[in-house]
Amino acid sequence: MQITGLKRFRIERVLDPFLPVLAVIGALLIGAVILLFLDANPIEAYTAMFTGAFANKNGLADTLVKSIPLLLVGLGIVIAFRASVINIGAEGQLIVGALLTTAIGLWLGDVLPGWIVIILCLLGGSIMGGIWGAIPGYLKARLGVNEILSTIMMNQIAIQIGFYLLRGPMIDPAEIEAGTNIPHSARLSRNIDLPRFTDMAKWFGFTESANDLGLTGFSKEIYGLLVEPTRLHSGLIIAVVMAILVYIFLWRTTIGYRIRAVGLNPHASRYAGISVPRYMVLSMGLSGAFAGLAGAVEIIGLHHRMFEPLAVSAGYGFSGIVAALFGKLHPLGAIPASLLFGGLLVGGDKMQRAIQIPQVMVTAVLGLVVLFVVSSEIWSRQRAERRVSTDTETSQEEEE
Amino acid sequence: MQEELSVLAILVGIAHSGLRLATPYLYAAIGETFAQRSGVLNLGVEGIMLMGAYSGFYAVFQTESLILGLIVAGTVGMLMGLAMAFISVTLQAEQGISGIGLYMFGLGASSLLFKTTLGTVEGVNGFATINMCMSSIGLNSDFCLSEIPILGEIFLGHNILVYGAFALVPVSWWIINKTTLGLKIRAVGQNPQAADTLGVSVARIRYFTVMVGGMLAGIAGASLSISLLNIFQEGMTNGQGFIAVALVYFGSWTPVGVLGGALLFSLINALQLWVQVLDLNLPSDVAVMLPYLLTIIALAFPFKRALQPAALTRPFKRGEN
Repeated sequence: MQITGLKRFRIERVLDPFLPVLAVIGALLIGAVILLFLDANPIEAYTAMFTGAFANKNGLADTLVKSIPLLLVGLGIVIAFRASVINIGAEGQLIVGALLTTAIGLWLGDVLPGWIVIILCLLGGSIMGGIWGAIPGYLKARLGVNEILSTIMMNQIAIQIGFYLLRGPMIDPAEIEAGTNIPHSARLSRNIDLPRFTDMAKWFGFTESANDLGLTGFSKEIYGLLVEPTRLHSGLIIAVVMAILVYIFLWRTTIGYRIRAVGLNPHASRYAGISVPRYMVLSMGLSGAFAGLAGAVEIIGLHHRMFEPLAVSAGYGFSGIVAALFGKLHPLGAIPASLLFGGLLVGGDKMQRAIQIPQVMVTAVLGLVVLFVVSSEIWSRQRAERRVSTDTETSQEEEE
Repeated sequence: MQEELSVLAILVGIAHSGLRLATPYLYAAIGETFAQRSGVLNLGVEGIMLMGAYSGFYAVFQTESLILGLIVAGTVGMLMGLAMAFISVTLQAEQGISGIGLYMFGLGASSLLFKTTLGTVEGVNGFATINMCMSSIGLNSDFCLSEIPILGEIFLGHNILVYGAFALVPVSWWIINKTTLGLKIRAVGQNPQAADTLGVSVARIRYFTVMVGGMLAGIAGASLSISLLNIFQEGMTNGQGFIAVALVYFGSWTPVGVLGGALLFSLINALQLWVQVLDLNLPSDVAVMLPYLLTIIALAFPFKRALQPAALTRPFKRGEN
């Protein structure tokens, strides 16, 4: 009895870290079945996806560009979920962050030195997103309002505020002149564009192209990615640094420890003297701040203007949840996760061009990943329960 | 210049469209009421509605049979409900997050199917309005009851799905409050341990309610694509499924409360449509925002929480409290 129990124990322990990977494989397999239904060759589709996303410098640049907001939003989700608050409002938090960033950029972009405005934009976006997240956090902590519902409502409110501002005070004057009235802002000053990797390479004196250096194969693509003009911008560095900071924050500081304690066991935390409501608001505020930062980075790093709110948030509020879950709610795990899902989003686009399978298939696959990851948690949970029950049994035996 | 409309005519117009627009909210939110009363928060309603809207539309587009469209939409919804029940009841997964997964799947899958099978926005002949005309019962008159001033104009001239949605309110009230099944549903949502000791299968009841909720969410989607708008577009539910989930909280987990919330939302929507029709100089974005703000405020009332099913979002395991 005991021995067979131990055996199963070990296999599960080995499998456990790979459960998210299995979830993605499972989701892709179901995706393959859907592709077969649509008369497409799944191998061809997935090859187009993978090569499109990872095989050359432009694909890699697009993948990394998409992984930036995924990682930043995902970090926010990690903080909220670690505190056991479910933040579904990253879309709205990203949008309000992007809106304030655009406002600051329009207002100060040509007035103050670029780097000061960039810092103001990043701070402003984070603070705005933080406020947008802290409101549902406060409502949950003080009034018991279900945060899932209030964050969904806050998303809708953010979208409408966005439309209101983009049709009114923030609209591009050129649109009014032309009479087209498309709701988007003017292009922000070039002074406040986040430097692209190619700009930074020039600062360090890398000017030769890959061909000049006689590079071939994958090293050529990597060199091209870092030095030649692509869309890849320094938001990537911000996002990775933030991931490390969040890791230090959650595992090496008292506040981070308390956030995790509140998430693991609010009752025990209360007895330990932790103000549970305060840490709920804090974790939601921080969660929103990262989504707001993602919005700020998207605006000054990539789009350089604000347009339709849902096109800017682009579902990152939801796919960021997938990245966080895939990374097992660990800030550093979110890095490979966002790279993978950034690749999936870009690959979907390339697949659409190569074999005319619509990119939206990726959304369905992402949904399946979520379902599989949350469903697979039952194995690790059951194992933990068995361990607790065996522990109590042994201690009882010892007492006897 | 458009004709001057009297205030009364505008109010009647708003009331008429308000009743119409309440239809998808009612189907989806009444279905969700069943699920939540048994303790399951199905946040995937939006995704189920999209799949229902697509599949119902496609069936009607291919066969021109409206009944078949409804059956297909309800079945697809029920199957997605089954998936949600399996994940949240059998696998005991976190309900909020799995609902988001179901939403993303529904959003992606319905768009994918739309793009590969239809490609462009097409129209169908949806459910016809019931005008109760004299001519239809053989009388030699052009008069229709839906032309009766005010009452006829508001309450008649809708299609069968609209009336079905309103009929669902008393029916679900009766099921929840007056039948053994309803008692079991409430017991499972309030105190699953006690229900279990009395021999009620918690899992079976929850599977049932989530599948019924899924079926009604599928029909809610179809009510958009084959009754109200008669087209299918990607993401056409536009957040109505999420609002339906909130309406259940808003309506304190009772069908009558849900009805009130649904009417409030749909009347504000209708009002905002008329603001646009009449070209009034009001920012419509602010009007659209209003119901969401109201919902947040309504959720903050403390007495609501006392009415919440005690086991909501909590998976049931034997031998645990």
